[in-house]
Amino acid sequence: MARSAREASGETQTRPARKTISQPGPDTRGWFRRIVIGVPFFWLFALFLVPFLIVFKISLSEVVTAMPPYQPTFGSIAGWWSALKEFSFDNYRWIAGDPLYFNSYVLSLGIAAASTVLTLLLAYPLAYGISKASPAWRTSLVMLVILPFWTSFLIRVYAWIAILKPEGLLNQLLLWLRVIDQPLVILNTPTAIFIGIVYSYLPFMILPIYASLERMDQSLIEAAADLGATPFKTFWTVTFPLSLPGVIAGCFLVFIPATGEFVIPDLLGGSRTLMIGKTVWLEFFTNRDWPVASAVTVVLVIILVLPIVLFQRVQARAQ
Amino acid sequence: MRQGLSKINVVGLVVGFSFLYLPIVLLVIFSFNASRLVTVWAGFSTVWYRQLWHNQALLDAAWVTLRVGLISASVATLLGTMAALALSRYPRFFGRTLMTGMVYAPLVMPEVITGLSLLLLFVALDLNRGFVTITLAHISFTMCFVTVVVQSRLMSFDRSLEDAAMDLGATPTVTFFQVTLPLIWPAVAAGWMLAFTLSLDDLVIASFTTGPGATTLPMKIYSQVRLGVTPEINAVCTILIAIVSTGVIVATLINKRRLILQARDERLAAAG
Repeated sequence: MARSAREASGETQTRPARKTISQPGPDTRGWFRRIVIGVPFFWLFALFLVPFLIVFKISLSEVVTAMPPYQPTFGSIAGWWSALKEFSFDNYRWIAGDPLYFNSYVLSLGIAAASTVLTLLLAYPLAYGISKASPAWRTSLVMLVILPFWTSFLIRVYAWIAILKPEGLLNQLLLWLRVIDQPLVILNTPTAIFIGIVYSYLPFMILPIYASLERMDQSLIEAAADLGATPFKTFWTVTFPLSLPGVIAGCFLVFIPATGEFVIPDLLGGSRTLMIGKTVWLEFFTNRDWPVASAVTVVLVIILVLPIVLFQRVQARAQ
Repeated sequence: MRQGLSKINVVGLVVGFSFLYLPIVLLVIFSFNASRLVTVWAGFSTVWYRQLWHNQALLDAAWVTLRVGLISASVATLLGTMAALALSRYPRFFGRTLMTGMVYAPLVMPEVITGLSLLLLFVALDLNRGFVTITLAHISFTMCFVTVVVQSRLMSFDRSLEDAAMDLGATPTVTFFQVTLPLIWPAVAAGWMLAFTLSLDDLVIASFTTGPGATTLPMKIYSQVRLGVTPEINAVCTILIAIVSTGVIVATLINKRRLILQARDERLAAAG
């Protein structure tokens, strides 16, 4: 393999060829390798992992009216040691004691799970339809799916307010069609959150499903049809099982971020539907209780660790 | 074997795409509404667009957002491409599993968690919060998206070209710039665009990590949306949508043209 590749590139790549083979020492190689691995590793470590440890640390401190509004703060090693003795699990006891937080977690998981199912129901026919289209159409259709994904999340959620309001466009249409004689109350209810999540996360579900449908060996479907399976049976016994990796990846891509979603419940869900992302936001910005906000976040991370690890497994297997 | 679309397929496509596009289309239409009410049509007008030019706070926010986006996307592309190289070219190194985790976890991590944890880091470091901290935060969460995009390209191309360059005596650095980068650059460019739009779009992480004096456009839009829907916001949103869609469509067309030219060259080379 090496020889044919050498011949192939020898015609175009004249510059590296001038150097002698003995030139590239292992030192140069190690240098490149060290930078390529080290720099991003250090960055992610310092700005992704370390912050989590800080969140955990602050969740064990208590709130004070100062800046930063928590105690103990620690500057030195000695400070760390003396602070260690002041750590308490009071914030966690507080969270466990107040049903508001428990309800908020359960509500978030429930809404995320239900909207994941709804997103799947809408996304699958779409992904399936795209994979059946002619190759020329397919590229354009995939692009049509990706385009809203590039436009602002906030804008897309905002667009729904004008539609779902009591005097909004949906109610106007339904009243005009005489389907209803009184405006429906949709905005500021869980229904509006479902619509918002399904709408915003739809591309995350369509793309992995489409990718696995497109990779599928078409001759398997032909074989099933030749052997007398009805189109419906072919779909359930051949197509759907083969597209499962995409379905699973899509479900994780929707479920995990939806659980901690803030913008959608805040703009569409009103004040009564308190999802956990909004609880963190309120604790942090309104109550200015950083330790409790941190403790709520730590519990959320613990809840989401399992789905995140599973998601990474699925991703690693796909590579 | 049946080829093409059945009726069920067509219905699925039409329903799905209407759902995806109708809200955006309505938003754009009502940005040209003469009335202050966003849901009652009162004739065509561009008055809201003209008003935007006099809204200094909004223009300032747009300028902050643009600078954060340009800087963070560029640094994120650099770091993300490095991480992609590390994960796809070095199958064994100390901390590889941890690095894979740190790349994939932020993709799905709720923004509230990322935002809060980064803010607490900046407070612990006693950094002045504002432009710099937003940029640092955006680099951190967008670089992982760049990594995924570039990594998938690195996985799919012919490794023997790199081996050949190395065999001929090129250092890893020369190999990367002369062989690898020209082959992966569409993915690098796509990664940059993704990082840029994610940065333009972000409300939650920016809200946590900002300080006095640095307000981004999404934060401005959000604070106005909380007060109610106005045609002015529709106009801002329409401009943003127009910019992003044009960028994506142009990029796709360039990429497509490149692929066509490449395929033609390969055919000619094979024939010659």
